[in-house]
Amino acid sequence: MTKSDLIEILSERQSLLNYRDVELAVKLILEQMSESLSGGDRIEIRGFGSFTLHHRPARIGRNPKSGESVTLDEKFVPHFKPGKELRDRVNNAAGL
Amino acid sequence: MALTKANMTEQLYDELGFNKREAKELVEMFFEEVRSALEAGEHVKLSGFGNFELRDKSERPGRNPKTGEEIPITARRVVTFRPGQKLKARVDGYARSK
Repeated sequence: MTKSDLIEILSERQSLLNYRDVELAVKLILEQMSESLSGGDRIEIRGFGSFTLHHRPARIGRNPKSGESVTLDEKFVPHFKPGKELRDRVNNAAGL
Repeated sequence: MALTKANMTEQLYDELGFNKREAKELVEMFFEEVRSALEAGEHVKLSGFGNFELRDKSERPGRNPKTGEEIPITARRVVTFRPGQKLKARVDGYARSK
């Protein structure tokens, strides 16, 4: 499912909002989520999951081509932890 | 402060002029449709943000950390999130801003 599939599904599933409004809303929600994470704030959606930042300390890396050492600055990477409902639904439907 | 569905609802109300009921319903449906797609075994690709992917894990040996008793961790399907380039770059800026 892509972002445009999601917009399409959401505009079909409800009658209050037109396609254009749903499109703006989906983009706004994703922008707000990106904005929160880039400001160091977490996102908590009950039943879906939470997004937090994980810290990666500075380290000495190596250029795989030349073998040269390079200093890599510390950084933060987004991390997602699925919530219980999402975990259970995905796993139960899989039937492994 | 953590971002919650309430903040998202409020933003749709403030910035797009949705009424409270429409805004709340849309935010609920947004997450529900992503969950449903993943439940149906579909990957979800939200460009600019990231991709939610599914991985099937086979059974592996585990241990109860309290009792030390060995118990198998059963085969399962799990959701993983891979942030997109754009989100990674934005989040990376946070380290430099501090």
